[in-house]
Amino acid sequence: MIRTLFSSRSRKVYDFHGGIHPPERKALSNGTAIVPGPMPAQLILPLNMHIGAPAKPLVEPGERVLKGQMIAEPSGAVSAAIHAPTSGTVSAIGPRAIQHPSGMDAICIVIDTDGKDEWIEHAGVADYTERSPGELVDTIRHSGIAGMGGAGFPTSIKVNLGDHQRVEELVINAVECEPYITADDRLMRERADEIIAGINILQYLLNPRRTLIGIEDNKPEAISIIKRACKGCDIDVRVVPTKYPSGGEKQLIQLLTGKEVKSGQLPAQVGVVCQNVGTAYAIKRAVIDGEPLLSRVTTLTGEGVSQPGNMEVLLGTPVRDLLLHGGVDPDNIGRLVMGGPMMGFTLHNPAVPVVKTTNCIIAATLEELPEPPPEQPCIRCGSCADVCPANLLPQQLYWHAKNDDLEKAQHHNLMDCIECGACAYVCPSHIPLVQYYRYAKAEVRQQAAEQVKADKARQRFEARQARIEAEKAEKEARRQARLEANRKKKVETSAPSVDTVALKQASLEASKAYKAAVKAAKAAEAEGAANINELKAEVDRLKAEADKAKAAVRDAKDAGPAAAPTEDRVGNLKKQVGEASTAYKAAVKAAKAAEENGDDNAADLRAKADELKASADKLKAELRDAKASAPATTAAAPQADPMADLKKQVGDASSAYKAAVKAAKEAEENGADNAAELRSQADELKAKADQLKADLRDAKANAPATPTPAPAAAPADPLAELKKKVGEVSSAYKAAVKAAKEADENGADNAAELRAEADRLKAEADHWKAELREAKASAPAPATPKTPPAPTDTPKAPETEAPQALKAVDPEVAAKRQKRLKALKTAYNMAHKQYKEAHAALERGERNGDIPAEELNAMERKVDKLKGKADVARDALDALVEEAKADIRAHTGKDLKTLKLEAARAESALADKQRELEQQRDNASEVNLEALSSELQALEAEAQIARMALKQAVEEQGLQD
Amino acid sequence: MALISSTSPHTTVSNNTGAFMRQVIYATLPGLAVLTWQFGWGTVINVLWAVVVALVSEALILKARGRPVAFYLKDYSAVLTAVLLALALPPTSPWWLTLIGVGFAIIVAKQLYGGLGMNPFNPAMVGYVLLLISFPVAMTQWIAPGEAPSLAQSWQLFTGQLPVDGLSGATPLDTFRTWAGNDSELASHGILDGQFAGLGWEWVNLAFLLGGLYLISRKIITWHIPAGFLGGLALPALIAWLINPVRFSDPVFQIFSGGAMLGAFFIATDPVSAATSRSGRLIYAALIGVLIWVIRSFGGYPDAVAFSVLLLNLCAPFIDYYTQPRTYGHNKANRGTNSAKQGGGS
Ligand code: SF4
Ligand code: SF4
Repeated sequence: MIRTLFSSRSRKVYDFHGGIHPPERKALSNGTAIVPGPMPAQLILPLNMHIGAPAKPLVEPGERVLKGQMIAEPSGAVSAAIHAPTSGTVSAIGPRAIQHPSGMDAICIVIDTDGKDEWIEHAGVADYTERSPGELVDTIRHSGIAGMGGAGFPTSIKVNLGDHQRVEELVINAVECEPYITADDRLMRERADEIIAGINILQYLLNPRRTLIGIEDNKPEAISIIKRACKGCDIDVRVVPTKYPSGGEKQLIQLLTGKEVKSGQLPAQVGVVCQNVGTAYAIKRAVIDGEPLLSRVTTLTGEGVSQPGNMEVLLGTPVRDLLLHGGVDPDNIGRLVMGGPMMGFTLHNPAVPVVKTTNCIIAATLEELPEPPPEQPCIRCGSCADVCPANLLPQQLYWHAKNDDLEKAQHHNLMDCIECGACAYVCPSHIPLVQYYRYAKAEVRQQAAEQVKADKARQRFEARQARIEAEKAEKEARRQARLEANRKKKVETSAPSVDTVALKQASLEASKAYKAAVKAAKAAEAEGAANINELKAEVDRLKAEADKAKAAVRDAKDAGPAAAPTEDRVGNLKKQVGEASTAYKAAVKAAKAAEENGDDNAADLRAKADELKASADKLKAELRDAKASAPATTAAAPQADPMADLKKQVGDASSAYKAAVKAAKEAEENGADNAAELRSQADELKAKADQLKADLRDAKANAPATPTPAPAAAPADPLAELKKKVGEVSSAYKAAVKAAKEADENGADNAAELRAEADRLKAEADHWKAELREAKASAPAPATPKTPPAPTDTPKAPETEAPQALKAVDPEVAAKRQKRLKALKTAYNMAHKQYKEAHAALERGERNGDIPAEELNAMERKVDKLKGKADVARDALDALVEEAKADIRAHTGKDLKTLKLEAARAESALADKQRELEQQRDNASEVNLEALSSELQALEAEAQIARMALKQAVEEQGLQD
Repeated sequence: MALISSTSPHTTVSNNTGAFMRQVIYATLPGLAVLTWQFGWGTVINVLWAVVVALVSEALILKARGRPVAFYLKDYSAVLTAVLLALALPPTSPWWLTLIGVGFAIIVAKQLYGGLGMNPFNPAMVGYVLLLISFPVAMTQWIAPGEAPSLAQSWQLFTGQLPVDGLSGATPLDTFRTWAGNDSELASHGILDGQFAGLGWEWVNLAFLLGGLYLISRKIITWHIPAGFLGGLALPALIAWLINPVRFSDPVFQIFSGGAMLGAFFIATDPVSAATSRSGRLIYAALIGVLIWVIRSFGGYPDAVAFSVLLLNLCAPFIDYYTQPRTYGHNKANRGTNSAKQGGGS
């Protein structure tokens, strides 16, 4: 009794705002029974007939398939399977025209039918209640069922909500509010029992409190048949007044339950699940008969059709076959619409196939659906606002969309427009309003996507910047500490004391680096960056560093009274040198700028720069002298002198060489005449540097032979020097690589030359690295026994020295790193090559001008992406080179972190690419896909390398810990 | 046959903006008839003349702006503007008055703002106010009700051959304003003593009311603006009249006098310059009504439809901003402006 009362009271049908009453035109096609559709010679099955990830083909061209055989499986959570609608042979898997508003092709499986219609073995479930809901969901998923009403959302998702979501109402959409369409109407009239069985399965799966079927009152036969079929079931048939768009999901939910689905949310969030009757029917067939989704009822109607009506059409049937079958005179139709007249799409190409969502094909004569009248100005009559079911102000949306004022359009809730077309239908000025909204929405989405991308890029950049800065500061701090320590050692060998000032400086730098990193991490966190963990790790590391430095300061202070730092000549000179070289650099820059602008005074500026360079050099020489003489007075290490001198010279020579190379490069870039000259000059300098290096090597070779009484400086020096050398050469190498790349990009002639140069530098770097390794291997032998744990050492020193010793006895590690370096280099080269190729292709395309603009844009994006990838690879390479440079200096802990960073980066790049591939799969051409997948492979290799490197490092650490 | 390629929807209503405007023009006919019956042929002559002026000036300016002339003339918006302005003018208006008013309305108030749909102000009312300010005497001379001049006299008035003075008389609104508060004087003026409102004018307004109801029945306009307008006018009138019936006229007199019904159904309903949403339109129209009552009761002009409409045209974008309806799926409406920068929405 109470129940009846309750249900009769809740029988109320609510209303929604607006709505229209276009001529229904359903009588054209609802009078005849559903007939089987044609058996076309070829079926074209797009891999994405549904919303979500395209299905993954399971068959190969040439393979014979049976009716009902799964030919593509769902890939990913939101996806649906595809089955062969009849028996035949797969003749191709490739791009075909499909119904997409943009008229784009998509990957399809093409089946040449054999007419035998031979079923694969299949069996249904007699009593589905014996199966668990999970099993049934799986059956639905593997039967390829996707919302048949229009959207094509995979049904398995909608019926598998998880335990936390209670379904209040299951709403079955049988409204079919669009004019012309009668597919659901006929289905209900002819197969009501099967529909109810499907609904029962849905009830079993969802366990809703109520089940409501909404049918428009213009289908009295269907209503009475369904009502009869529902007898004894817990299903409520609700008749809703005829009004478009009462079949819209949100509108129907509002009509039947009075609930509104919140903007941007799903019906499930208000406890409602909405399914189309056709979907319920398909579920019954799948579960009880074991037949996957192979066909659907499609209305073929319009005045251009001689026998309009409904057909059970095999999925993949080309519309052309359907039209022929329905007796359409192709000369007599003015407009071909897939879907209803309110929301359907015009077809450009009758070769497109019928898919899971195709409920109607309208072949209309020109008189029936004439050309739209010309657009008149909006007179703000408000008719559109009166009919908008979303209660928007379409005229305002139109105004803002037309003026590209997306912000205001969004303020007017543009994104809540369901594109029902009611507004455009009533507009007396015949403004194609929906078109404006689609455009504006696409713009909004694109902007959002770009924003996300830009944010990501910014975060990455900031993180990288922070990392670089932190590393720099750290290095600087360490250098300072070492320098000061050395100086102290030299100046006051007798008085064991620590330069607290230097330490303080170091500590300051370290904490600065730490703070910068914290800031970066915070920024990243605020943005929700993916790499936040990496950044945090970085921050932790820097924090430890800073703490250590602080501790060192404390220790030093504890250790004894700080010696006043002697403001000596050396310091002064250093400052001067610094100033001079800044001036020089500024001058060079000015000169370059001038040259670029073709200014007359470029030569002048260049001369001035040279002058400044000379003076800087002079100052440097002076500084060298001063330094050389300073330790001399303390008579600490007489042997160190010639070596130091030589080293300085080598350093100077090679920096001069580098400057020359740079100048030459610039000149070449600018096409200056004196490029060749500069180049030869650079070569000369190079020769000189080589000579000096050889000298230095000799000297070094001699140095250890004459054992010095001073325990401190000498043995450490050659190592440091070598390290520096390696660093220099490899940075020269990097510069060369970059120059070569730039040259490549600019199509400069000397690219090959530059490349050769880079290779040479590379060889050199390798050479120096090998040497460094050797030196390290040999250095500890004399050094360790000789160096007693000197009390003069700063706390920094042991930290840097100790691992050296450890590493040095493990040449394997160095070899491993070498290997990694190589691997990364390969990865970089690969990425770079791809980028170059893409770039060249783009240029070719641009030159020939035969490629459509969108594709060019796509290519451009790809080039950018590849460039980014190459850059990432180069970054990784750089990092590793840097590491190699620091080689044994670095302790494994740091390596590990860097490697972790790299690995994470590679992984995320890989994931990005995968996602992109997923997205592109449905609308990219085969060529693009191929390119993408090769990219993916490269990235995979990269990630693999990074992973391996990481693993190695972990193992290394394990060894040492 | 090449298939049409277009976006949805693929079908639309058959009516168009031109038909819309024509319906409004037809709906003015009863009012025009009664005006002619009461005040002679002057209004008819002026309406015809105004239409000619409007079409010619619209065509000229469209040509000058490089727009397709025939296409835009077919929207009938210029004709409607001309008709409404001529209906508001005194039947004694000479040709040049109409020429100036209509020309200004079409060229300046409409086309220079960008044409149909872009004009923030009701063009007919801009023309009217221009004339009222420039030629206050010519604009306030009405013929005494029931003393309609002959067709020949009307023509002579139109051509300026006949001085107006001999024929003119005060309108009920004028009369009441002059004698407001003076009970015996008010009682002595028969013009205030029509069947249910001012003599003659009650029928004019009744005729416009009929035309307006036709428009509502044809869904050309919605009830919101007329109801808001008349309510906004009648309610303060009622209150004031209850307090002091000698100083203030009664609400029925108010809504059946002067341009009340013409304004409520034909002028304030101009969609281009009105507020957009339904609630916005109610507010917009109610404020017009209140303003009319205030000016009629306390201002220097006997009638105030034009001023009030123009003032509220100015406010329409703001009303729009604050009356956005609550969109489906949103807890509340996005009221107000979304950002600092906010130009007029229309
Ligand atoms: S229906 Fe058309 S003309 Fe009327 S307000 Fe909307 S967009 Fe403007
Ligand atoms: S298309 Fe959008 S704006 Fe137009 S009526 Fe439908 S929901 Fe409203």
